[in-house]
Amino acid sequence: MSDETQAAQLSPLAHQFDDLAQQNEADDLGMWLFLCTELMFFGGLFLAYTIYRTRDEATFAAASRELELLWGTVNTAVLLTSSLTMALAVHAAETRHRQKLIVFLFVTMLLGCAFVSIKFMEYYHKYLHGLMPLLGLPFKWDGTSPGHAEMFFDLYFVMTGVHALHMLIGLGIMLVLLVQATRGRLLGGFSGPVRVTGLYWHFVDLVWVFLFPLLYLIGAR
Amino acid sequence: MTALIETGSMKMPDLGPLSKRNYLNSGYTVRSWLLTTDHKRIALLYLMSITFFFVLGGAAATLVRLDLMTPQADLVQSETFNKLFTAHGVIMVFFFLVPSIPAVLGNFLVPLMVGARDLAFPRLNLLSWYIYMLGGLFTLYALLAGGVDTGWTFYAPYSSTYSNTYVMATAVGIFITGFSSILTGLNFIVTIHKMRAPGLTWFRLPLFIWSIYATSIIMVLGTPVLAITLLLVGLERILGLGIFDPRLGGDPILFQHLFWFYSHPAVYIMILPSMGVISEIIPCYCRKRPFGYAFIGFSSFAIAVFSFLVWGHHLFVSGQSIYAGMVFSMLSYLVAIPSAVKVFNWTASLHKGSISFDTPMLYALGFVGLFTMGGLTGLFVAALAVDVHVHDTYFIVAHFHYIMVGGAVMGYLGGIHFWWPKMTGRLYPEGWARLSAILIFIGFNLTFFPQYILGYLGMPRRYHIYPPEFQVLNVMSSAGASILGVGYFFPLTYLVWSLYYGKRASANPWRATGLEWQTPSPPPTENFAETPIVLDEAYDYKRMDGQLAEGGTA
Amino acid sequence: MSHKRSDISIYVTVYVVLLVLLALTVEAARHDLGHWNFAVTMAIAGAKAVCIGLFFMHLRTSTPLVKLVVTASLLWIAILFSLSLADYWTRDWDSLVGGSRDVSRSDAAQ
Repeated sequence: MSDETQAAQLSPLAHQFDDLAQQNEADDLGMWLFLCTELMFFGGLFLAYTIYRTRDEATFAAASRELELLWGTVNTAVLLTSSLTMALAVHAAETRHRQKLIVFLFVTMLLGCAFVSIKFMEYYHKYLHGLMPLLGLPFKWDGTSPGHAEMFFDLYFVMTGVHALHMLIGLGIMLVLLVQATRGRLLGGFSGPVRVTGLYWHFVDLVWVFLFPLLYLIGAR
Repeated sequence: MTALIETGSMKMPDLGPLSKRNYLNSGYTVRSWLLTTDHKRIALLYLMSITFFFVLGGAAATLVRLDLMTPQADLVQSETFNKLFTAHGVIMVFFFLVPSIPAVLGNFLVPLMVGARDLAFPRLNLLSWYIYMLGGLFTLYALLAGGVDTGWTFYAPYSSTYSNTYVMATAVGIFITGFSSILTGLNFIVTIHKMRAPGLTWFRLPLFIWSIYATSIIMVLGTPVLAITLLLVGLERILGLGIFDPRLGGDPILFQHLFWFYSHPAVYIMILPSMGVISEIIPCYCRKRPFGYAFIGFSSFAIAVFSFLVWGHHLFVSGQSIYAGMVFSMLSYLVAIPSAVKVFNWTASLHKGSISFDTPMLYALGFVGLFTMGGLTGLFVAALAVDVHVHDTYFIVAHFHYIMVGGAVMGYLGGIHFWWPKMTGRLYPEGWARLSAILIFIGFNLTFFPQYILGYLGMPRRYHIYPPEFQVLNVMSSAGASILGVGYFFPLTYLVWSLYYGKRASANPWRATGLEWQTPSPPPTENFAETPIVLDEAYDYKRMDGQLAEGGTA
Repeated sequence: MSHKRSDISIYVTVYVVLLVLLALTVEAARHDLGHWNFAVTMAIAGAKAVCIGLFFMHLRTSTPLVKLVVTASLLWIAILFSLSLADYWTRDWDSLVGGSRDVSRSDAAQ
C-alpha cells in the first residue's frame, strides 16, 4: 500500500485527542514519564553499588580489573553507534523515507544483538575463570577481602543483567516496528511509535554510559 | 470545538433520543467488557476486582482477630498466624488500598472532571487492569499453595535467605501489580496536563484532580524502587546473590532503605485520593466553596514531595545511624504540616455552611476525625524516643489502621456513595447507607482504639501468644471487628440491590458543581456530546443554589 | 514537529564527539590519578549523557514540561542517594559515642 493511500484511508489521530500536536505531546510526555520510572528502577541498583563501593574501594578496583576492558569499550562503541542509527531511523520515519527507516531499524537491531552477544561472551569468560558467584558456583579470588570481591561481581551481574534485559525488550519492540515498517506504516504522522521507541533506546544507552565507567574503570589499569 | 455546555449558566445539553444510550448499555457481551478501552468500564472492572481482594483480606483479618481473642495459640499454629497477617497486609496494601480510589474513582472521574472523552492512553489503561489481575493471580497462587510468612514488609535476610514459604510467587505478584500502578499514574499525569477542556485552568480544577495528580507523581517515582527491591530479593533467593547477605558484607538494612523508600510514599498513595474525595464531598454538603482552595491544592503537592523524605522513620530501631534517625525524625514532623493544613481547611469550610448529614458527609466527617487521630499518633512515633518504646507494638498497628481504615477506606466508601448515581444511574437507599456509616464508625473505633492502649502497654505486633492481662483489650478489639465486618457487609448488599431496584438518578442529584455532573447519569461512552468550555471558577455553590432559587435546573 | 529540524549532520557530529569522549575516558583510566580518576570518569560520563539527552533525545527542543520531568527525576535520584548515604556515611560516627574519648560514662557504650 502506498503512503498516500494509507494516509487517505486512516487517520493517525486517536479518538481521545483533538489534534495531532496534542497526541504527539502526550506520547512524548508519556514516554518520558516512563523513563523516569526506569531511572528510579536503576537508581536502586546504583545506590547499592555506591554504598558497597565506598566501603572498600580498593577491593572493588581490584575486582574491576578482572573485567575485560577491551570488550567493554567495544560494547560501549557498539551501543553509541546503535543510538546514532536509531536517531537516524526516527528521522527517516518522520521524513517519510521508508527504505531508510527499514535499514536503520535493522542496523540498530544488529548492533543491539552484537552488544548482547559480547555481553554473554564476557559472562561465559567469567564463568570459566570462577568469577560468577551465582547458583552456588565456586568463587575464586586470590586477593584480600574475597567477600567484598564477590559483592562486586554480584553487582556486576545484576546491573549488566538488568540492563541486558532492557536491551532485549527494546530489540523485541524494534522487531515489531521493523515488520510494520516493511508494510509501509510508521511514516510521517504515524511515526509516533518509532520516536517513542527511540527515546527508550537512548535511555538504555544512557544507563550503559554510566555502567561502563562504574564497573570497568574503577581504579587505574 | 464550540461550547454546548457552559458551566457558567449550568445549561444541560440536549442529547435528544441519544440520552437513553450510556456507557453501560453500549454493548452487553463479555468481550465488550473485557476488551473495552472505555475508562468508565475499566473503572468498574477494577471495582469488582478490588472488592474481591478486600473480602479476601478481610477474611484473613477475621481469622487473625479470632485467634487473638485468647492469649494462647488456640485457633491456628504460629506459622499459620504469620501467614495470615502477611496475607492480610499484602492483599490490603497492594491489591486493595493502593489501587482503590485511583483505579476506580480516578479512572471513572478524571476524564469527566477535565472534560475529556477518555484518558490519554485508553489501551494502556486496559493493560493496567490486566497487569493488576495477573499480579493478583500470582499472589492468589502463593496464598493457596501455602502462603508467605515474612510479613508484608518482606525484611531481609528472612525473606531473601531463610524463609521456606512462597516468597518468590508473592514477590513476583507484587512486582507485576506495581506496573499497573505505574501505568495508571502515568496515564493520569498526561491526561491532566494535556487534555483539560478549554478554560479549565489549574485553579479551576476540582481538588480531587489535584489529589489524583499528586498521587500519580508518587506512583510514578516510588513504585519502581519497590520493583528493584523485590527483584533483588528474588535474585537472592534464586541465584544466590548476596546484596543483602551479611556473610558477603551485604547489609540487610539496605533492603529496608529501598523497601521503605517506596512504601512510605505508598501510604500517601493510599491517603491522598481519599483526601481528594473529602475535598469534593464537604463543599457539596456545606453548599459553599472550600476554605483555602489553593492551600488545599498545594498541600497535595507538598505531601507528594515530602512523603519521599521520611522513609527512615521506619528504621529508627533497625540499626540506622543515630544521625540519620535525627534527620528523618525532623523531616517526619515536616510532612505532617500539609496534612494539618487540609484538616484545618476542611474544618473551616464547615463554618457558616448549610450542612446536611447525608451518607457521603457522614463518611467525610468521620474521615476528618479519625484521620486527625491517626495523623497525630504519627507525630508521637516520629519522636525517636517514643518510637523506641512503641515500635513493632500494637500502637503502630492502631496508628496506621486509623489512617488506612478510618481515613482511606472511609474516604473510599464516601466517594463510592457520592458518585454512585453518576456511575450507575441509581440512587442507593439513604436510610441503610447512613446506618452502615454509623455502624462502621462505631465498629472501627471499638476495634482499633484499644490497640493504642495495648501497644503502649507493650503488646508486640505479629504475635498471637500474649500475656493474659492483655486479653480484655484484645476481646474488645475483636468484638469491634465483628461490628466493623457487619458494617462493611451492608453496603456490599444494598449497593448491588440498588442496581436493580434503586430509584433512577438524574444527572445531578446532589446539585454538586463539577463537569462530571453536567452529563447524564450514567454518562454516554464519549462522556460529553461536545467538549465543554469552562467559564466559571470551581465550587461556585452560591451561583448553583442562587440559580435553583430562581427556578433554573441543576 | 519542532525536532525535525535536527539535521543528520548534527547526529553524526554528536556521535563523533561521543566516540572521542569514550576514547578519552578509557585513556584517563590508564593513568593513576588517585581520587581524580573517579571525578574524571564521571565528568566524561555526564558529558556523554548531556550529548545523548540534548541531541538524540531532543531535549533541546522539548516542551518545558518534559524538561521539568527530567529535572524532577534527577532530583528524586538525589533524594534517594543523599538520605540513604546520610545513614551509611554516618554509621561510623556512632562509634565516637561512648568510646575512649567519652570519659563521662563508667563503661563504654555496648
